[in-house]
Amino acid sequence: MSDPAHRPQTMAEKILSQRGDHVVYAGDLAVVEVDQVMVVDSIAQSFIERMQRDLEALPKYPERVSIVIDHVAPASTVSVAQAQKEAREYAAQTGVRLFDVGRGICHQVLMEEGLARPGWIVLGSDSHSTTYGAVAAFGSGMGATDIALAAASGKTWLRVPESVKVTFTGELRPGVTAKDVALEMIRRLGADGATYQSIEMHAGDRFTRGERMTLANLCVEAGAKAGLVVPGGEILTGYGYDVPEWVYPDDGATYVQAIEIDLSALNPRMSAPNEVDNVYDVAELRDQLRNTPVDQVFIGTCTNGRIEDLHAAADVLRGQRVAPGTRLLVIPASSEVMEQAMADGTLLTLQRAGAVLGTPGCGPCMGRHQGVLAPGEVCVSTSNRNFIGRMGDKDAKIYLASPAVAAATAVMGRVALPEDVVGHAVAAGGR
Amino acid sequence: MPRIWKFGDSVNTDDILPGKFAPFMAGEDVFQSFAFHYIRPEFAAQVQPGDVLIGGRNWGLGSSREYAPAALKKLQIGGIVAPSFARIHYRNLLNLGIPAFEFDLTGLLNDGDEVSLDVNSGVLTYAGGTVQLPPPPEFLREALAEGSILAFFKKHGRFPGEPAS
Repeated sequence: MSDPAHRPQTMAEKILSQRGDHVVYAGDLAVVEVDQVMVVDSIAQSFIERMQRDLEALPKYPERVSIVIDHVAPASTVSVAQAQKEAREYAAQTGVRLFDVGRGICHQVLMEEGLARPGWIVLGSDSHSTTYGAVAAFGSGMGATDIALAAASGKTWLRVPESVKVTFTGELRPGVTAKDVALEMIRRLGADGATYQSIEMHAGDRFTRGERMTLANLCVEAGAKAGLVVPGGEILTGYGYDVPEWVYPDDGATYVQAIEIDLSALNPRMSAPNEVDNVYDVAELRDQLRNTPVDQVFIGTCTNGRIEDLHAAADVLRGQRVAPGTRLLVIPASSEVMEQAMADGTLLTLQRAGAVLGTPGCGPCMGRHQGVLAPGEVCVSTSNRNFIGRMGDKDAKIYLASPAVAAATAVMGRVALPEDVVGHAVAAGGR
Repeated sequence: MPRIWKFGDSVNTDDILPGKFAPFMAGEDVFQSFAFHYIRPEFAAQVQPGDVLIGGRNWGLGSSREYAPAALKKLQIGGIVAPSFARIHYRNLLNLGIPAFEFDLTGLLNDGDEVSLDVNSGVLTYAGGTVQLPPPPEFLREALAEGSILAFFKKHGRFPGEPAS
């Protein structure tokens, strides 16, 4: 598919050309092979109904389909339990993979299982499927109908997106994390700044795989169809990925917009209610919200529930106690993360500080069970959305921040920076 | 006569149907009664088949959950007109056969205005005249001609625009 006669291509154009049958550019319609289709518990019933009733089809490649029970895990009601039972039975009948209650959040699990790889196309029935861009996979969220069509045919159709080029320069200061970078990127682009587009992030060798997942994950909050991080750093060496040469964007590719973010100038960031692009300096909000008690702090989710996130929280919480009147919920993103955090003592540190631990899964992020907020309550969360009513009552307020800021907030009982607790900035992952 | 329900910018999928009222949580038969539960609690009880929703920018941002449009489908809304849509939701609307038009009517029509919308021609008639709404993208018309993308795929075994093998 690499023909020097062709115009230079973005990463998105490269991947969609490679997985289709001809070279495509932004604006073209592409029908492409799909390498992995991910179904979450909350659409499992609709997915099965589409497959069996509407399409009368079986998954074309069962090994390319995964069902993950993560959004309401364990089940909270009889109807949820029934839906999950049907998902298990469907997996057993058709041979698709099933990741059951407790294995973890879909995106984290697929990454851990090697079911997203450089140059692949991964469709998920969850909008944060952009996460797979961390390893240069074209990850995109779709609804139950599109997901069923992809499972039945092994393909999907897409309008090839234009791309926004984001270049990172400089180095992060201690205490500033990938979450802060992502929130700054969304602030700069706006909540609809990359609608229908792909965000292509040029980071050099910066950022771990987990940090790249945080960056790619939040691209959908700028409306993006995909968020691709150009391979570098531990993606090339750390996980045994085969990174094909063709996956890199060409020099001279066409972008609709290019922005540059100087990492060395960045402070910790926080999204205030009720939109993700409503981003402030944490120091500024700390002063504004001096007299606002925080009722709940939640550390977890597909955005920030990884081991380095739990480490960053533990570095703030070690030897501290969660403020009276504040609840701290910690939910590891997967069983693998939980096991690691258990083995290295992180969970003990969090528990001793007063954290409440939950089953690996999505937890309170979308208000379906566990940690639901009462009217008027304030929550600081490491999750990805602060929409009205998202985590419970419509009059609850959700602020989004990094795990270190969330942990500091739990100790102080109001919005705080890690240095307010430990006297100095805390680096991500305790580096 | 169908009426206008007017909304502002950035109506998200949690606004359209809060996640906790998904069919598998609220029940397959009643989940639509929670449409716009927080931002317009009277909506589900008062909306009439054929009523048209007018939104501002970035309608439907947020989740990929297809039950947000499914709730609107169950309530038999006549269509949604907004200057821009979030992409996952836009696909979901068209996949479920809910007419979605990219056009800004916010300055022209008000909440409660009586209108009629001819989905096929894209002509919207209101007290002051008519508006020609833009048609859906060309590559979708082939699918819509079969009723839905699912019906098209089932009949042809391929996607619209994909050469038959």
